Amino acid sequence: MKFRAFEISRKLRNSIHTGWMIACLSVVLLIPLFLTAGLAIKSFPLLHQHPLLSLIFSSNWKPLSGEFGFYPFIVSSVWVTIFALLISIPICLLTSIHLTQYAKKWVLKIMQPVIDILAGIPSVIYGVWGILVVIPFISNHIAPMLGKSSSGYSILAGAIVLSIMVIPFVLNILIELFNNIPVELSEASLSLGATRWQTIKYVVLKKGLPGIISSFGLGMSRAFGETIAVLMVVGNVAKVPTGILQPGYPLPALIANNYGEMMSIPQYDAALMLSAFILFVVVLFFNAGSRILIIRSGKHN
Amino acid sequence: MGPSGCGKTTLMRCMNRLTDLNTQTKVTGNIFIGDRDILNTHDDINEIRKMMGLLAQRPYPLPMNIFNNVAYGLRISGRKKKRFLEKRVEHYLRQVNLWEEVKDRLRDPAAALSIGQQQRLCLARGLAVDPRIILADEPTSALDPISSQLIEEKFAELKTSYTIVMVTHILRQARRIADHVVFMYMGEVIEQGPAEEFFQNPQMEMTKSYLKGLFY
Ligand SMILES: Nc1ncnc2c1ncn2[C@@H]1O[C@H](COP(=O)(O)OP(=O)(O)OP(=O)(O)O)[C@@H](O)[C@H]1O
Ligand SMILES: [Mg+2]
Repeated sequence: MKFRAFEISRKLRNSIHTGWMIACLSVVLLIPLFLTAGLAIKSFPLLHQHPLLSLIFSSNWKPLSGEFGFYPFIVSSVWVTIFALLISIPICLLTSIHLTQYAKKWVLKIMQPVIDILAGIPSVIYGVWGILVVIPFISNHIAPMLGKSSSGYSILAGAIVLSIMVIPFVLNILIELFNNIPVELSEASLSLGATRWQTIKYVVLKKGLPGIISSFGLGMSRAFGETIAVLMVVGNVAKVPTGILQPGYPLPALIANNYGEMMSIPQYDAALMLSAFILFVVVLFFNAGSRILIIRSGKHN
Repeated sequence: MGPSGCGKTTLMRCMNRLTDLNTQTKVTGNIFIGDRDILNTHDDINEIRKMMGLLAQRPYPLPMNIFNNVAYGLRISGRKKKRFLEKRVEHYLRQVNLWEEVKDRLRDPAAALSIGQQQRLCLARGLAVDPRIILADEPTSALDPISSQLIEEKFAELKTSYTIVMVTHILRQARRIADHVVFMYMGEVIEQGPAEEFFQNPQMEMTKSYLKGLFY
């Protein structure tokens, strides 16, 4: 009898625990759904009056007269992200290859915590560093070198700060990726007479390619959504930037700078919600795409 | 031969200098091929490695299609003519009895093959760089009996034209195909000699008990 009771309570407890876990899991699953729905509903008043495409491709940003063109912000976001990636891709790739394929083990052991520390630095600090170091450097050195004048607050400054922020994040993924490629695979290539570099080029990079692409996809979604550090150095001028030394105004900065007054101007809140929605969709897209790629490549190899 | 952990794999890795990859490993002594010491030399290490085809415990096909797996070694050494490669790939795939099974799907990823097929592919890939020596580290231990038999038969055939250094756990396998046996224990060679003599009339106590199956 006693045993029966014990057995029942054991099962009961098990199902209670399982129930809690499912509840927590569904909260996690529902959050993105609610977020999407909320953003869509809130931005609807604006979409109701203007078609989405005309909003996206219009450069007129005059909230007071009810004109909301998102083009300058989207272009700024895209530029800052792309240039940040252009800077960080070679650095991340070469560093991770060196650390995992050439360097002695203790170098990686020292570097790993350094990378983790870099990844953990609050973004405001990167922003301040950008203002104190990157901005003067651009206005005093890079701009004159290119024969232009710039205050320093520019797409380039945003891209540099962003790339520094993305590097540790992507680097961690890449190091893990390269470390997971079996040594035997490289050894097979070497034993066929390939050099170290040939082995890296044809075997390691090839094997890791889907993972490499998706790591940059994840980095990209991170860069696209980064707010405060970019906002501090990018200039925040609502005009389509025509060069990397020009100021820009990425989407996250737009939202962060203006949420305070969004209730005082008609439809302003809907416009900010729409930009949040666009941001959300883009980030989601890159994230999901990268993860699908990782899963798919795991199956094939 | 030798019990697990006695250093068979390590010895083999010394032979094609894969030990160089691990900076903590220190290898001393000499390894001669003919009268050339390949351990203490400044010769091109890739050329040394190319003299030896490596067949690992488990097959590790390169991340490319079947054709390119076999062509890889040739391409690496600068042979890039398409016709030439096609002929060679077919030749080596036939040599390991794989051609009939894969000739219609040479462009499929090598990872799609069965383990036994992958191991034969790895053998073909190793043969394609025209080695003089084949290093095989328990090449059948991950395979099913039929695939194992295929590889074993292949080895019996190949040993007329190549020097084969093979590690095995299976006494019967050694009896079947070895000409010369080296018995190792705790990182040292305990006894070695022609297979016949080694199995009929082992000298050392340790060898005797190993052959009786007292430890492994
Ligand atoms: N001569 C040696 N000197 C020092 N360490 C050695 C020596 N030989 C082998 N070892 C060490 O012993 C361990 C086992 O060696 P190894 O993997 O070569 O064994 P094995 O015979 O291949 O075993 P298995 O049959 O399980 O594959 C390794 O960590 C290796 O570094
Ligand atoms: Mg071994």
